[in-house]
Amino acid sequence: MSNFKLKKGVNLSLAGAIADTTVATASPKRFAIVPDDFTGIIPRLDVKEGDKVLAGDALFHDKNHPQIKITSPVSGTVETIERGERRKILSIVITPDSENQFKVFNTNDAKELLLESGLWAAMRQRPYDIVPDPEVTPRDIFVTAFDSAPLAASMSIQLAGKEAYLQKGVDALAKMTAGKVHVGCAPDAELSLKGCEVNTFAGPHPAGNAGVQLANVKPVNKGEVVWTLDAVAVARFGELIATKKLPVETIVAVVGENVTTPKLVKSTNEAAIASLTDGNIADAAASRIISGNVLTGVKVAANGYLRFPYRQITVIPEVKDDAEFMGWASLSPKKFSLYRSFTCRLFGAKKPFSFDSKLNGGERAIIMSGEYDRMLPMDIYAEFLIKAIIAFDIDKMEQLGIYEVAPEDFALAEFADTSKLPLQHIVREGLDKLRKEMN
Amino acid sequence: MKGLRKLLDKAKPNFMPGGKYAKFQSVFEGFETFLLTPNTVATSGVHIHDSNDSKRTMSVVILALMPALLFGIYNIGYQHYLAIGNIEAGFLSMFLFGLAALLPKIVVSYAVGLGIEFIGAQIRHHEIQEGFLVTGILIPMICPINTPVWMIAVATAFAVVFAKEVFGGTGMNIFNVALVTRAVLFFGYPSKMSGDAAFVATDPVFGLGAGNVTNAFSGATPLGQAAIHAGEAAPQLTNIVGEPISTLDAFIGLIPGSVGEVSTLCILIGAAILLLTGIASWKIMGSVFVGGFFMAFIANTFASTAYPVSMLAPIDQICLGGFAFAAVFMATDPVTGARTETGKYIYGFLIGVLAILIRIYNGGFPEGAMLAVLFMNAFAPTIDYCVVNANINRRLKRAKATND
Repeated sequence: MSNFKLKKGVNLSLAGAIADTTVATASPKRFAIVPDDFTGIIPRLDVKEGDKVLAGDALFHDKNHPQIKITSPVSGTVETIERGERRKILSIVITPDSENQFKVFNTNDAKELLLESGLWAAMRQRPYDIVPDPEVTPRDIFVTAFDSAPLAASMSIQLAGKEAYLQKGVDALAKMTAGKVHVGCAPDAELSLKGCEVNTFAGPHPAGNAGVQLANVKPVNKGEVVWTLDAVAVARFGELIATKKLPVETIVAVVGENVTTPKLVKSTNEAAIASLTDGNIADAAASRIISGNVLTGVKVAANGYLRFPYRQITVIPEVKDDAEFMGWASLSPKKFSLYRSFTCRLFGAKKPFSFDSKLNGGERAIIMSGEYDRMLPMDIYAEFLIKAIIAFDIDKMEQLGIYEVAPEDFALAEFADTSKLPLQHIVREGLDKLRKEMN
Repeated sequence: MKGLRKLLDKAKPNFMPGGKYAKFQSVFEGFETFLLTPNTVATSGVHIHDSNDSKRTMSVVILALMPALLFGIYNIGYQHYLAIGNIEAGFLSMFLFGLAALLPKIVVSYAVGLGIEFIGAQIRHHEIQEGFLVTGILIPMICPINTPVWMIAVATAFAVVFAKEVFGGTGMNIFNVALVTRAVLFFGYPSKMSGDAAFVATDPVFGLGAGNVTNAFSGATPLGQAAIHAGEAAPQLTNIVGEPISTLDAFIGLIPGSVGEVSTLCILIGAAILLLTGIASWKIMGSVFVGGFFMAFIANTFASTAYPVSMLAPIDQICLGGFAFAAVFMATDPVTGARTETGKYIYGFLIGVLAILIRIYNGGFPEGAMLAVLFMNAFAPTIDYCVVNANINRRLKRAKATND
């Protein structure tokens, strides 16, 4: 066990955090699975509109690895299969039965259970940050046991009462890797687990990111594969192995400045957003609803769905005012910046701050230096890697550590960037193109 | 602001493709975003962004240049009235004289540079980039006051086109554009850029400050004096009418020299602004001074009459000439400097060493800071290459260790 102290990164303090940890219950009337959320999978449908499904029944599988299945979180009827351009599957909408009925899996093999139940897709592999290839044995498995993202609810709420399942899950995972299962905890919330290596990570966000943790413990080299997942998914693995039923319950944190009362809601994966936020959004017309956190989440419509794998809904103001007269010269303490040329630094930028969705500038060539590095606690020259990706110089990308990163690792750098470049998008495209090139 | 918004919205169609003035689309959008910060929202990736942008960054640099600029303007007048023996002329007339002498150069520098920038932006269908806002004020500040306006125009045009636009505009250039402008002037018109006639405005400007130069006048800068000094003793530097000057005088800056570089005090105020806001790298700035001190100390320890400038005390080397200005405003340009954190120390240190080295041991160039920064601009990518390569090798070694 080791204790890591990370210095780079920043904790952004957004308004609208949860004050009261009592958990309300929601009963969603609709669910939707979005194939795009399962990066790396090419969906092939197993159901058609009107089909009856049980919780745990496959909705679609991967074209290249048919054993990877994505399953329904509820029992009910496949209402619609929304398609977009070139018949791309956008989402599979399910209306639930009044009583949730579960498929009972009849295998004892842990890996098969994971694949069959759809829980497999809760993991990601490095390189490429995709759903893991089941034919490859990972070097190590990295489990993140805390969420450092802005406004994230503590993971211990999710894990309360699931300690036995968590241990069971770790045991099952330990058999799937040639190396070790590494669990990364916050310094004040260490888990006592056997059969794995527990490390603690002190420091600001992105200390909770799997990529950051594994880069500090044992970085991925070319040709190696590691799996990453969070402790909640591990506990679900354990529960699945114990009960043979797909665990689908989740506690969602509904947070953000435009939420009237930030709260925790017990619900099911992939539920309709409206059932979770109903009547709890102030000024819905001027709000941006994000499934996930403000850094990596997905913008969704008010009638959208809780997207996989998020357990958080953040609602922030969507442009409050008109264009501002010479905004670049502003001395307003309401503007947040990591630079001290803004007065917010004088009036306590540490207290909860109001952030809206404004870009605050136009896109430029990279001018300021060191901005990305300050936000990335990894032994990687972020700016040089980004430039290599933009140029798609495969050799340079490999040399500079493309196999170690995921888009989420660059989220804070994207926030801080004076040149307003879409870094996560650049990294995602780079990984996808590289994967195509290498296979 | 509603009125302004309406006005802009009304004019906008004319500037869009197909409109009457479509050729000025970039210019229009440049002014539009300058006046009214647009409400563009995040469409991909992170949903919130830092408030800092390129416009803000450049504004802070311009703000940091103001103390040195204002002092420089006053000093133009001060030196002029000192030269004509009318030191009682008063602060206001000195400042006005300086303003009258400098303003045309600022206007021309901006007009030429921004004009080319606008054309470049329109050709590339880019937004106008803010880099030249800083360059445009730097150019008049690093030139001697007697540089003819047309020379500034020619050199600015040359530098903006060949040092910046051909590389792809702001953020892509290899050499500091303001220094390239000065280098063009320096090598193109050497007689106007050095010597005794360049640094003190002796003629009246727009009818201001008429009078005849006193007999005691000599327009040589302190470094110019040191360069031609003969004898064993350290040179006694004087002002333009032959009165001795101390280190403190050089630090405060009432001495002849290029407009913005004279006052080390004002430059340090600018440095404080840049460092406190976090806009400039303290690593670069600090290591330039360390490098300069280091080289000046060595040279001073082994002072020789063959190189009379070596007899100046290290602290004088820092306060005289363009050294401090280059350290604070030129070396810290992030685009042309080293971009890795380790590289910044090396880059800054070598600029400091080279600036003093050239100044002392190369009689042809009494001022080495410009050449030192340009030279290291060329080497910055190499420094970064080595630093990044160390990281690459570490990664390869790690892979090899685990695969064995």
